[in-house]
Amino acid sequence: MKYLFLIWSSLRRKKARTLLTALSIMVAFILFGYLVAIKQAFSQGVDLAGIDRLVTRHKVSIIQLLPESYKQRIEDLEGVDMATFATWFGGIYQKPTNFFGQMPVEPEPFLEMFPEYILPPEQKKAWLDTRSGAIAGRALADRFDWKIGDRIPIQATIWPRKDGSQSWEFDLVGIYDGAERGTDTTQFFFRHDFFHESRQFGSGLVGWYWVRVSDPDKAPEVARRIDAEFANSPAETKTETEGAFVQAFAKQIGNTGAIIIAVLSAVFFTILLVAGNTMAQTVRERTAELAVLKAMGFTDRRVLGLVLAESILLSTAGGGLGLALAWLLISRGDPTGGTLPFFYIPPLQILVGLLLTVLLGLVAGLLPAVQAQRLQVAQGLRR
Amino acid sequence: MAAPFNWLAQVYLVIRFSLQTIPQRLSSSLTAAVGIAGVVAVLVGVLSMAEGFRQTLAMSAAPDNAIVLRSGSNTEMMSGLTSDTAKIIAEAPGIARGENGAKASAELFVVINLPKISTGTDANVPLRGVEPAAFEVRDRIRVIEGRPFQWGLNEVVVGAAAAREFAGLGLGESLQVGPERWPVVGIFTAAGGIAESEIWTDAAVLQPAFRRGNSYQAVFAKLSSRAAFSEFKDALTSDPRVNVKVLREDDYYASQSTVLYSLITGLGFVIGGLMGIGAAFGAVNTMYTTVSARTREIATLRVLGFRSGPVVISVLFESMVLALAGGLAGGALAYLALDGFQAATLNWVSFSQVAFQFAVTPTLLVEGVTYALLIGLLGGLLPAIRAARMPVATALREL
Repeated sequence: MKYLFLIWSSLRRKKARTLLTALSIMVAFILFGYLVAIKQAFSQGVDLAGIDRLVTRHKVSIIQLLPESYKQRIEDLEGVDMATFATWFGGIYQKPTNFFGQMPVEPEPFLEMFPEYILPPEQKKAWLDTRSGAIAGRALADRFDWKIGDRIPIQATIWPRKDGSQSWEFDLVGIYDGAERGTDTTQFFFRHDFFHESRQFGSGLVGWYWVRVSDPDKAPEVARRIDAEFANSPAETKTETEGAFVQAFAKQIGNTGAIIIAVLSAVFFTILLVAGNTMAQTVRERTAELAVLKAMGFTDRRVLGLVLAESILLSTAGGGLGLALAWLLISRGDPTGGTLPFFYIPPLQILVGLLLTVLLGLVAGLLPAVQAQRLQVAQGLRR
Repeated sequence: MAAPFNWLAQVYLVIRFSLQTIPQRLSSSLTAAVGIAGVVAVLVGVLSMAEGFRQTLAMSAAPDNAIVLRSGSNTEMMSGLTSDTAKIIAEAPGIARGENGAKASAELFVVINLPKISTGTDANVPLRGVEPAAFEVRDRIRVIEGRPFQWGLNEVVVGAAAAREFAGLGLGESLQVGPERWPVVGIFTAAGGIAESEIWTDAAVLQPAFRRGNSYQAVFAKLSSRAAFSEFKDALTSDPRVNVKVLREDDYYASQSTVLYSLITGLGFVIGGLMGIGAAFGAVNTMYTTVSARTREIATLRVLGFRSGPVVISVLFESMVLALAGGLAGGALAYLALDGFQAATLNWVSFSQVAFQFAVTPTLLVEGVTYALLIGLLGGLLPAIRAARMPVATALREL
């Protein structure tokens, strides 16, 4: 503690330089925050997928529909707790850029399947009582300023109504919240029976199934059992855990992880150079002062520690500020206005960021610190 | 007459002097330049991804082609047309006619799960069922290996980019469609267009395999001229028997790329902007160091009668020279490492994979270098002012 003042005064020696270096480190960590959030957004909440949930879809591709009758056959299989289905609706609300997911589901089994979607009991009852009723996630309702009781018009792109019209209207009867931070509340669910009786074609067909297994450890076994059940039928299935399904879907976008790591490396390399250069300069300029310290009896090791501490203090101050700013900025929601539901910084990554600030300070200060440690008193004083 | 010349001569001399002394401050100068190079490389790299994607879709369109979808649909995937509708479309005025009749192809567009080689996980690979006229409508399709598929048989030809990005699409391999295996008999190119990401087969073969009855999703037509579009469009939109949407192919493909293009460029600008701020701080640091290291030199120059203007300009100039060097290096790095880099991504709009190449275009490079110069200018500004305001007497006394 008693050296803190010493470190502080050396940082204050060239205020402008210290400030600029801290600011560039701050910017690097704002970027770190953004990139982590982008990575999170593109991996689409893989870590939030239910471990006891499977997804069963058509083997050829997800756009192929499956018979509704598979529900009973899946539920009859050993190890299956329950099954329910959904279909991709893909409609447009006002304009195409207002994208959000819309799916017809069976309300009761659906809410049972996804306990992380929290819907107040009276709203649930209203949904069960209203055929054209729909529920929206909190983030979605906030995005378009929807209130319960609103009528939501949606233009169909895939599913025309029986009379050939594209216009569907739903009554918003509920708004669900997420049980965890990061639970997707950007989607819109309506009733399958309403969808079923109103659509022009596709009767008796659904998009995919969610299946809950009684024992998560046996999930792969149950998945194989489901696929075997429908093998050699006109609609063969492919079943995998929800996590694997979501991950595979995220990977369709490409190797975003690798791109982000490449960009981050470039950022840190650049900032490391800037910070390292500054530290080297300060040590060079203070050669005489450091020699005086040594002459006064400071050990080599202590001088090394002083320089390193200075570098780490600078880095953690700038980096910590950057992380805090990134957290604030990103908490305000994603820049696209709602198409990236998982745009946030996981708390663990903040910890990683803090460790990185220490590491950055350590690496940037290492070379100058070693120089300071090796400094010969006589030589240093002569300068 | 003499005064401006004298001033310019001063500028020239001070700049030459400051550039000559850069080697004395090499590590610090290099840091600023490398920092800026990093910013430019990242910015140009990210933007080249968006640009390559946009180009692939833009190259897919022919100016005299049109696409017809069901009214209300924005993409082929979501559309659906009955065979009657398809027939009415083919008879519409404005369509070019060849020896084999109207140059209009009613097509099915579906996706099939195939593992992507780079990630090893399933991807939505587009599979298109076409009619014979398709090769007249898309006249840039060339089968470069093997042969075209035979009409009425379960055979496919694969776009060169799809063959490269997805597993199991090589010549001689086969595609598992339900219980059947469809052999790959040829590989084709399409002048860099999106068709190269697709698998093509006979629409009549694809219909039963995907249980589509006798329906299609889109009609692609070659018009007799670009001007014939309005005649074609008006005839169809006013026809009470059909309920369709008619688009020019270039407008259609442009709309397919906007979402992803603006998302990637938006992210690129955020990342590039923030990194630029960081690099500008680095440049300011470097230039402050330079100015303080040259305190006595600058003061000496002032004593010798050099005015503050040339001193300001020389500091700015040095900063911009460093930025230019960094910008050029960063641009070159992006070009060497990324231009032509092949990748495939899911286009959310069409819900299918699009293979594309990163395109580091001259425009992007110019933008990158301009950005570098801007960073250099901003970085040099404050230090230049300090250099100019330095009191001569105290400066000379310094160290």
